[in-house]
Amino acid sequence: MEPTSILNASGCLDALVAPGVARSLDAFVTKTVTPLPREGNPPPRFIETEAGMLNSIGLQNPGIEGFVRDHLPPLAELGVPIWVSVGGFSASDYASVCALLDDCEAVATVELNLSCPNVEEAPETAAELAHAARGATSKPLYAKLSPATWDIAETARAVADAGVDGLSLVNTIRGLALDPQTLRPGLGRDVGGYSGPALRPIALACVWACAAAVDLTIVGMGGVASGRDALDFTAAGASAVALGTILFSDPAAPARVRAELGVESIDRGFGSPAAIRGIARKEATSAVASAE
Amino acid sequence: MASDDLSLGGAGVRRERLAAVSSERVGPYTLLRLERGGLDPGIPGQFFMLEAPGRLLPRPMSLCLAPPGELAFLIDPIGAGTRALCDLAVADAIHVLGPLGNGFDLSVTRPLLVGGGIGIAPLPYLSEALGGPPSLLGFRTERHAEAASLLPGAEVVVEPRLVTELLPEDPGDVLACGPEPMLEAIRNRAPGAQLASEAPMACGYGACYGCVVEIDGRYERLCVAGPVLSDSAGKD
Repeated sequence: MEPTSILNASGCLDALVAPGVARSLDAFVTKTVTPLPREGNPPPRFIETEAGMLNSIGLQNPGIEGFVRDHLPPLAELGVPIWVSVGGFSASDYASVCALLDDCEAVATVELNLSCPNVEEAPETAAELAHAARGATSKPLYAKLSPATWDIAETARAVADAGVDGLSLVNTIRGLALDPQTLRPGLGRDVGGYSGPALRPIALACVWACAAAVDLTIVGMGGVASGRDALDFTAAGASAVALGTILFSDPAAPARVRAELGVESIDRGFGSPAAIRGIARKEATSAVASAE
Repeated sequence: MASDDLSLGGAGVRRERLAAVSSERVGPYTLLRLERGGLDPGIPGQFFMLEAPGRLLPRPMSLCLAPPGELAFLIDPIGAGTRALCDLAVADAIHVLGPLGNGFDLSVTRPLLVGGGIGIAPLPYLSEALGGPPSLLGFRTERHAEAASLLPGAEVVVEPRLVTELLPEDPGDVLACGPEPMLEAIRNRAPGAQLASEAPMACGYGACYGCVVEIDGRYERLCVAGPVLSDSAGKD
């Protein structure tokens, strides 16, 4: 992976409707694909809040067979590495989808959505799901984790032991907003996944914790909207950042964030963003050492 | 800021920062005129995503008028985002993305425009493109009905009368925009009508899957499939 690559967060871009935006990324991550087609949740599906937004899309997707047949061939022609996000409701779901993708040359990487807040969760742990996926594919495997856990480093170590190659940190976190008139939930499915600027410090803490806990490549995401944000995630230990909510208001964000990150790096005396990776913790360590 | 050609499916979709030229009150609504910049006004019924100052997400607005060098939007200040847009002062600049979605099919022989409330927004530009066909407009109150001034010559009713009461026996090619009950009534009276629907949108270009409407038992993104849907593609 190139120094601080820029990806999209799964579910935040349709490369077939917006190919120009997809081509401006270092890799395109698909919307989560499940074994069977899903219509998704009833509208309203999103609501803006004071410091972010809630969504409850509900993994609307054509199912793995429809995806491989109808979506993957045109995606392969974009000229951008394709990461396929995989979801399911049991370990066998993850294994069956990964096995089908293992045969697809166009798939560069598989990202396991282990943490969608908008559907029922699989009964197995993240590590068990990762283990099942690992047994089904030799493709590079990333585990997308939820920030809604007391000790994300523990989950990171468990999925690392299960054989994943990287971490996508983090998914949205469950939230609720009420309609000001009716005082009923504003979303069709009541609760949804919270994203945007308010998620950024939470995501940054997750990257920070996991970078210290495991030796895995990390894609940082959660409210990244500028080069400065990407710089923070890089300094906390991420090798790449993914853009989510910002793509809704600014489809040109990938090129902008990349350019801003370059300027931010040079302004701080670093030749490239790669030199900044993990520096937050290194600086902290040296500061303690000098104090002693 | 330089404009960006974003290849968002449709050709000529751009995002630019545009300055407000004027902001006029029209009844309870605001007609916001922006400089056009390098943006294409598109086909009547298409929409633009307007940055709402201070808010996270832009707001979808269909184009109301396209005078030379300008893009004009009719905005109903119903929430924080639309109020921020109505409060723009002359020379304030916002990011605008568009034109987006599918507009009206203009190859009609006997057009009749029907609008309800803020749903009249795309009709002035549509009327201009069709050479000023007959128009029927319905509003909640006399004050809302002041917006009929944007469509000279239109027949206007105010509640409790409904705009669909004015539909002739053989309405011809109906092109309509308004609240869902109005569109539903038109579906029953004018099979084959072109109906512009409305839904909250976070992105406007197919990315978020937030604006789905039910079409033939499936959830389809209104920003991609619409906002203008033919009656045959309408709700069951």
